Amino acid sequence: MIDLKGYGPALLDGAIVTIELAFLSLALALALGLVGASAKLSGSRIAVGIATSYTTLIRGVPDLVMMLLFYYGGQVMVNRLSDAIYAAYGYDFFFQFDPFISGVVTIGLIFGAYMTETFRGAFLAVESGQIEAARAFGFTRFHTFRRIILPQMLRHALPGLGNNWQVLLKTTALVSIIGLTDMVRVAEEAAKAERMPFHFFIPVAFVYLSLTACSELFIRWLNKRANVGVIQGG
Amino acid sequence: MAESAPLICRDIYKTFDQLEVLKGISLETRKGDVVSLIGSSGSGKSTFLRCINMLETPTSGDIIVHGDPIRFTTNRKGERIPADNKQVELIRAKLSMVFQSFNLWSHMTVLENITEAPIHVLGVPKKEAIERAESYLNKVGIYERKDYYPAQMSGGQQQRAAIARALAMEPEVMLFDEPTSALDPELVGEVLRVMQNLAEEGRTMIVVTHEMAFAKDVSSQVLFLHQGVIEEQGTPDKVFNNPDSERMRQFLAPKF
Repeated sequence: MIDLKGYGPALLDGAIVTIELAFLSLALALALGLVGASAKLSGSRIAVGIATSYTTLIRGVPDLVMMLLFYYGGQVMVNRLSDAIYAAYGYDFFFQFDPFISGVVTIGLIFGAYMTETFRGAFLAVESGQIEAARAFGFTRFHTFRRIILPQMLRHALPGLGNNWQVLLKTTALVSIIGLTDMVRVAEEAAKAERMPFHFFIPVAFVYLSLTACSELFIRWLNKRANVGVIQGG
Repeated sequence: MAESAPLICRDIYKTFDQLEVLKGISLETRKGDVVSLIGSSGSGKSTFLRCINMLETPTSGDIIVHGDPIRFTTNRKGERIPADNKQVELIRAKLSMVFQSFNLWSHMTVLENITEAPIHVLGVPKKEAIERAESYLNKVGIYERKDYYPAQMSGGQQQRAAIARALAMEPEVMLFDEPTSALDPELVGEVLRVMQNLAEEGRTMIVVTHEMAFAKDVSSQVLFLHQGVIEEQGTPDKVFNNPDSERMRQFLAPKF
């Protein structure tokens, strides 16, 4: 076992922060992706416009810039808002933008845009005959979505989702920039203090690698489940 | 009126953009009728069938299912739309459809395909829905395939499963949209035999078909559509052996 010079517990805490951050961002990104894809396919000009601006904006700006903008800019916005509310209604509130929440929101927003495209493609890949059969048998729109479109769409979305998830997991390392003590931040401090970069960064790299490897296995299993009833071309 | 007709369509018009596809089609069925809709491609027969269960909304005209007329309204763009989606869903549940390309839900087994709508649309208890599904699978002769996925079966078996799915709704009227057109020639027979059995049981069926032998031997009423109008209508004997319309005679003439 390598000697982590007493930084072991801190690194472990950092790893937990990384994992929490990744899962919460994923949940937000999935929700935004579903909403975004539905908006893009809704046919309503306003909804399509909003969703298109969202994906264009997010995909065109570097993740790091987004994160800094959100963390520093977000606090300023909230302060102004609370000042305005205090001035208008005399109601005082204060909301501290902590790095964790900023991280979740930023990463969720960024990957929500990618998920929007993934889901949009997956929705379009569902054969129209499958949906038509559901309508012809008197399904409500909601029932058609839940029992026919969603399970069939997942089959098409999973490869893209898997990719996005792995990139998302690695993107969480950026939050160390805005001061969240994730695994990377702890390793950076330890490496500086001990002057042993390899000693601390290589274990961190391995943690990421093992997380992505586990995800890969899990996604493969999900993929198998989602593709039940499909004969794989060979 | 002793018993209301299962289905009455009155003066159905359908226009897509500028193209008028149906120009006033009317049809009245009695219980146990087998109506064959024949005609060349583009004559409007499939569109008419799709108007009956509102997969297409007719531009004008009435559809009355078992005495219950579908209610319409107009949207902001001035297009005609169903007034009550709930009513349309209820009516669709009474008119189950068999598609040309089967359209079995590919992520469900045959049994799940057949129990899905009875359980979730009609509210049949699960156990009863399964029993019902199994008895219809027996009837169409693919009981032993009940746990297969659609992709694991031949086209003929898939179409028979789709017929069982339609039967499990215990519909007022069954709609068939070219049920054998996507099948290899050697698989057509097994599907037509199932349909003939259903006709003999007295089920009300409307069948869009290119199978002239089926139209001639099994149906009680034949409609020949040409460019969106009914060119010839009557018993198979009249339509096939003694048609009034020149177009019908051309349609029946040997092609080579």
